[in-house]
This record gives sequence, C-alpha cells and structure tokens, in this order.
Amino acid sequence: MKTIFESSRHGRRAFTVPRVEIADSDPIPAEYLNDGIDLVEVSEVDAVRHYTALSRANFGVDVGMYPLGSCTMKYNPKINERLASLDGFASLHPMLPASMQQGALRVMYELSRCLSEITGMSAFSLAPAAGAHGELAGVMVMKKYFEERKEPRTVILIPDSAHGTNPASVATCGFEVKQVTSAAGGDVDIDALKAMMSGNVAAMMLTSPNTFGLFDRNVRVIADILHANGSLFYCDGANLNAVIGKAKVADMGFDLMHINLHKTFSTPHGGGGPGAGPLGVVERLEKYLPVPVIAKSDAGYFLDEARPDSIGRIHSFFGNFLVCLRAYVYIRMLGAEGIKRTAEVAVLNANYLMARLKEIYHLPIDRRCMHEFVLSDKGLPNHITTNDIGKRILDYGFHAPTVYFPLLIPGAIMIEPTESESKETLDAFVEAMRKIREEAEENPQLVAAAPHTTPVRRVDAVAAARKPVLTWEG
Amino acid sequence: MDYTGHTPRDIEEMLKVIGVADIDELFADIPSVVGLNRPVDLPAPLSEIEVTSLVTQIAGENLITTQFIGAGAYRHHIPAALEALASRSEFYTSYTPYQPEVSQGTLAAIFEFQTLICRLTGMDVANASMYDGATALAEAVFLAVRSNDCGRVLVSRAVHPHYRQVLSTYAGASGLEIAELPLVEGGTGAESVEAVIGEDVSAVVIQNPTFFGCLENVKEIADAAHRAGAYLIVAVTEPLSLALLKSPGSLGADIVCGEGQSFGNPVGMGGPMLGLFAAKKEFVRRMPGRLAGRTVDADGNEAYVLTLQTREQHIRRERATSNICTNQGLCALRAAIYLVLLGNGLRDLADINHRTASHLRRRLLELGAEPAFNRPFFNEFTVRIKGLDRVSAALRNEGFAFGLPLGGYYDELADCAVLCATELCSAGDIDRLASAMERVLKP
Repeated sequence: MKTIFESSRHGRRAFTVPRVEIADSDPIPAEYLNDGIDLVEVSEVDAVRHYTALSRANFGVDVGMYPLGSCTMKYNPKINERLASLDGFASLHPMLPASMQQGALRVMYELSRCLSEITGMSAFSLAPAAGAHGELAGVMVMKKYFEERKEPRTVILIPDSAHGTNPASVATCGFEVKQVTSAAGGDVDIDALKAMMSGNVAAMMLTSPNTFGLFDRNVRVIADILHANGSLFYCDGANLNAVIGKAKVADMGFDLMHINLHKTFSTPHGGGGPGAGPLGVVERLEKYLPVPVIAKSDAGYFLDEARPDSIGRIHSFFGNFLVCLRAYVYIRMLGAEGIKRTAEVAVLNANYLMARLKEIYHLPIDRRCMHEFVLSDKGLPNHITTNDIGKRILDYGFHAPTVYFPLLIPGAIMIEPTESESKETLDAFVEAMRKIREEAEENPQLVAAAPHTTPVRRVDAVAAARKPVLTWEG
Repeated sequence: MDYTGHTPRDIEEMLKVIGVADIDELFADIPSVVGLNRPVDLPAPLSEIEVTSLVTQIAGENLITTQFIGAGAYRHHIPAALEALASRSEFYTSYTPYQPEVSQGTLAAIFEFQTLICRLTGMDVANASMYDGATALAEAVFLAVRSNDCGRVLVSRAVHPHYRQVLSTYAGASGLEIAELPLVEGGTGAESVEAVIGEDVSAVVIQNPTFFGCLENVKEIADAAHRAGAYLIVAVTEPLSLALLKSPGSLGADIVCGEGQSFGNPVGMGGPMLGLFAAKKEFVRRMPGRLAGRTVDADGNEAYVLTLQTREQHIRRERATSNICTNQGLCALRAAIYLVLLGNGLRDLADINHRTASHLRRRLLELGAEPAFNRPFFNEFTVRIKGLDRVSAALRNEGFAFGLPLGGYYDELADCAVLCATELCSAGDIDRLASAMERVLKP
C-alpha cells in the first residue's frame, strides 16, 4: 500500500486557501521564519481515494464482530455521531465564560448524575480522557487522602490478573505494587489477601467483574477486609457492561472507580481513541476530585475551582466532552430498562458462547461467567498456538478475541461478544471456531500460516522492533 | 430503546443451551446484598426523534458568537473532505490495531501522521498521540527526567496556565520539583534560565508561541539549557504556527509536545483534543505512547504494525514508560487527513492567520488599546485596555467573545486580554468589532 507521500507531486493541491486581501501590519522578522515546509502535495481526489482505500483495509464494528474480551466492542449508535457534530457543541470554545456554555455544562452535569445513579458513586469527574487516565487520577486521589490523614501508606495491591494499566498507573504515583493471587475458582485468594494486610497498604485495585469474566463472590468480604485495615478499594470499571442495572459498584464496597465510556457506553473506539474514563468516588473522597468540578446553582451551571483539597487539574480543559456527549445521548435513549437489558443480553450472549465453545476448546474455569470468559490453549494439537487461532479467525470474517490476557491463563483466549451480537452471529462464530479447531488437527499449516484472505498476510513484528522504521523517508 | 436484537425465541433457545431457566440465574454470583432489586433511577427512555429534539435544544443553550479567542484551542476551518473521510465507520468503529492484518488502514494513517508531525516539528520520531497538550507536556517532562535522572524542571510562566497546573498535578504525584521561570516580555529570557539553572535541572520548558501569543527566542534558550546539560522541551499549543516558523527541532528542542487540535479537530468544548509528542531519536525506546512502524508481511509486502510495544503498559506494567493505553487515535487520523489536504498550502493558511491577527491588533491599537508586550506574534497577541472587564462584558452583549481576560491567571495583567484571529475571522468581523468597541469606549 503506497503512502500518501508517494503520490505527492509538486504543484498539486487539495484544499484552496482563500485570497485574503489583508495587509500584514506587523510582519514577523525573517529570522523567525522557515524557508518553506514540505508536507505533501496531492489533489483532493487522490487524497480521498488514498484514505478510502485505507479504510477498506480496516475492520470495524460496522464490518463485523469483535469478540475482544475486556474491550466491550459494542455497536456505536449513529445518532450519537449526528448529535455530537451539532455546531452548538462542536464550535463551542472551552475558555469562554460559563454563562456562554450552559448547554455543554448541563450535558456534563446530567451525565455525571446518570453515572452516579448507575454505579452508586456519589460524584464523578469527566476530566479523565481514557480509562488509564481515570485510574491515574484515582490513585492520585488515594494518595492525597492518606497524605491528609498523615498515614504513610506506600503499597497498593493488584491481582495477578489485572490489566497492565493498573500497575503502570500505581507506579507513576510512586506507590509500590504488590500482587494478590487468585484462587483456583478465579476469585481473589482471601487468605492470601488477609496475610498481606498491614498499615502500609493504601488500597487494592480490582476489576469487577474480574478479568476472568467472573463476578468475585467475595467482593464484599474483600471490601470489609480492606476497610477494617483503613485501606481504600478501587474498582477498574472496564467490565461494567456486565452489571449495569443489575448491581451498583458502590454496593459491592468500592470507594472509587473509573468507567470506560468507549466500552460500556457505546462511544466509538476510533482505532485507538478518543475514549473517556470518568472517575467516580464515594462522598468522603469528593473533595479530592480534579478541578474544575461542574456544579449547579440557582443561577445555572458553573465551574467550581475553589476546591483546596483537589488533586488539581488533569486535563487542559474538561476532558473529552464530545465523547461524553455521545454517552449522554446513549443513556438518555436506553433509560433504566435499556441499561438493564444491555447487561442481561451481554451476559446471556457470553454464557451461550461459553456453553458451546467449551465443547471444542479448553475452559480452565468452568463457572457461570459474566459478559466474557476465557479459554486456554490446552490441548491444541500440532504446535498450534493461541496466536495462530487468532490469526485464522480473521479469515472467517471476525476479529480475533483478546489473546494472552489475563496472563495467568496459558495461551488465554478471552471472548466478550457484547449484547450487540445476534444469535446468528454467535452461531457463525462458534462454527468458525469449530472449523479452526478441526483445521488445527487436520490441516495445521493452514492455521499456522494464517491469515490468508486479509489485506496483508501475517505481519513480521519482530523485524519491526529490531530495526524500527517510524517515518517515511522517501 | 436498546441496541439488542434478541427475540423471546432467541433467548429461550439460548437459555436452553446454557442450561438455565431464566436470565436472572446467570447473575447468581452477585450476592443478594449487592444485587439491585429495582431499576436505576434514570429519566424515561427517549426515541431518536425525542433525543434529537432535546439535545438540539441543549446545544442552543450554548452561545456561539464571533470569537476572537484562542488560549489553547483554535477555531479553524475543517475541510468537507476531511469530515467525509473521518466519518467512514471502518475508521471510527475500529479497535486499537493490535491485529495489524485487519488494521492496515489505521496503522498506515498513524505512520503518515507520525511522518507529518516530524516534518513540522523538526524531530526524528513522533508517537500516535497523547490525550492533549497538557498531559503530553507532563509526559515530556517525565521522559526528560527518566533520561537524565535529574529531579528538577524549570518551567516558563509564559506556558499556558492550565498546562502548568496539569504538570504540577503530575509532578506532585511523582515527587518532581517544578521551578518557575519569570515572565519576560510575554515570554522567557535566556538570562533568567542561566540565573537559576544547575546540574540538577533535567529540562527547561517553554511554549512557542507563548500563552500570550509572543514568539520566543528558542535558540538562545536551547543553548542556555544545553550548556547546563539540560534538555529543552518546547510546547506548542497552536501547531499551525509550525507552518511559518522555524521548527523547534532546528532551533535546538530535544522534545516537542503540544496540542494538535488545530489540525482538523473541532474546539468542541475542549475535547477530544490531540496531544502531540515528538522527540529526537535518542529517546525512542523510552518514549510514551504508541508507535506505528513499517515492516513486511509473510509474502514480503509492505505492512505496518505497532512496534516497540515493550515500552508499553500491557507488556511492561509497572515499568512501562507511561500508563497510557487508549489515546486519541481518531483525532490523529483527522489531523493527518487535514495536513494532507492542506499540504504545502498550510503555510498560506498560516500567513492568512498572521495577517488577520495583525490587522485586528492594529485596529485595536488605533482605538486606544496598548500592546502588552514587545515581541513578534503569530495569530495571538495580548493588549491592555483600561476598564477591560466593562469593555469585555459590553462587547459580549453585542455578540463578541473578546479574547481571554488574563486577570484570573496573572495578577499583574488584570487589565489585559489575549486575542486570537484565525482564517475564520473576516475583515468584516474585525470592522464590526471595531465599531462596537468604539461605541463601548465612548465616555
């Protein structure tokens, strides 16, 4: 596939800049100016064809199913896109006086109230631009909480099954990560947890439901152990899609959480963002939330920056507002019934797939799952790996599931269908997985050399890392 | 409304296969003290027609006036072709390109984006984006500190106050020391740097153009930093300036970070934004964020893939170069398309911005405003006006957003405002503003 630079020809242009007959009243002295830039010179039709071709080399939710565990690749409603492009939002400048931004502030305020109602958390900040950003802000809140109490706690506990952003966020704030082991059934090992309690433990971070796709049956016990120890309990809300409308995260005993709007609340993944990772807290932690806080008075919505205990600002403005707007539209359309049904169908779909796939692949933890479940590579014949299975599923018109996560399951294949997929799609996926398992037995080379029908064949990532080529040099 | 398509028959069949009688059984692991036995309290669901009416009305509660304001977010024209391309759902409904064989569209676009950003900034390598300019700056500082193992950073007071606040939040959480460089003529003085720099300083941070719109003497400051063994980090909030000005790389910057929103993304109440991050090649293995690299596939054909992933959280966990996972991918795609459509014409657009801003400034000076600083500027500048609060409020009533008043950020600049004019500001707009201003200023 040619880069756009290879289509560049001197003198071509795509966009015509208007002729503006305004004289320069204050020329910039020559020593500040460059001699000209060399970006690219293409015509509009060539630019359009280039990007159209690129898009056709991409898989998307609108193309087919992404059974990616932990990613909640649900359908992105188009009405969200239309309303997020209204000029009254798109052209609204963030540094105007709040009196000119009442509509946007109202959306943020109401969305926060909806998220509070859904999760039981007392208040939310919409400033975090992604889940990891929310986690980081959450860890900063916890740090400030203990600083104020003059308790020098330096350790945060994270399960061995946690997503990599958890320890990365914790380390950024100078805490030490200590791993908590999981018991055979997939729940946190309570005895191991008790043994780790000390005055040094600030908090535990837990994904709930957990990264095996299971609801930790001891979640309240864990919360009690932590709280008795004076520690805080953080919920990584990546898997919230399993429990919305069925249980509130606060009722599980958590003190703070982040939500991934681009997972649970249908905003598009965009090929790597923008997402949003709102941070929710119980009442006693509210004072630490990032500034500004969107508040409401009789006179209207305003930005509350008079918050001396806040961790500070974490984003140049208010977070990913247009992403939050999409989530707001989604929640307003679903209502309580739609929210509950979303979780119910997500969990139904996952259990259905698990019931059918466990006949074909190894299911290491055979338990009722929530919205996702994990298979392992045990029993795969002829040196066929999880990676090979993932590549071969691409030939069948599906995206691969999440592979090699969680780390504890050897050759993990984590599958999350979401509520968007119909029974027919699920059956087609099972059928594809069944055929691949047969191929692994009878025609392993086909699987080992997959994919065969995608825009490019299996990509050499090793060479890319050995001698990185990160820009086009001509 | 919900987005599921399951019929009662589907559900019945599926429950049978699973071996349960009803859906509630699937939630049996949730302890009864935790499970909800009543619906959450949300407003009644709306149809597409109703939500359209509601949200359109809410949009109308925002006031979009003739805006002469920048201060970190810039209203520029977004070409129609960009909107058409970026709204292709294979781009926006796609996942992070971890399976490169079905993500070549995203990966190729990121590779081109990285290339374009390097060309504009004069750097060797650029990543696929950070959340915004402020967090990109924080990550730039972390990279510097990681690289030369010093714990102190000098930050100019001419850097955007919100960026300095975000940096302070991040620094506070990680134990970094931030010292402020004083404001010198709306920018930074190399002498000020020399006066306080030492061996314990990891980096000097400036913004160009500054928060006040002033052009810095980047080379002098770079030299001062380098003489003391420190890096120079240049933050850029209005990257359109890069089309006209000497690149930060050519002037000695080691890391360039900033805000890419001007390139094809709406101001959108401040988000989503686009954090730019570019550096010299010596930093590549320690830098944060995703990197798209070129390689080949099994048939020997050119292909793209996320590379040097061992820097990232999903592999290195607590030893990762950053905790960033989801970034601002679609915004970076929009920026790449913007830069391709504008191409080398970007410089002409930048020139229009400067001329328009200079015209606005001249008209304001003619009406009695005073220049706050004596430095060249790009498309933003700062003026002092007696009774600024009254003047701003009166102009607002006439439908003009008169820049950003600075009193809330800099005590000594209480009667100053920083104004911006882009290509969306016409000579007619400026005439109307000047007439309104004349009326307002009449004793």
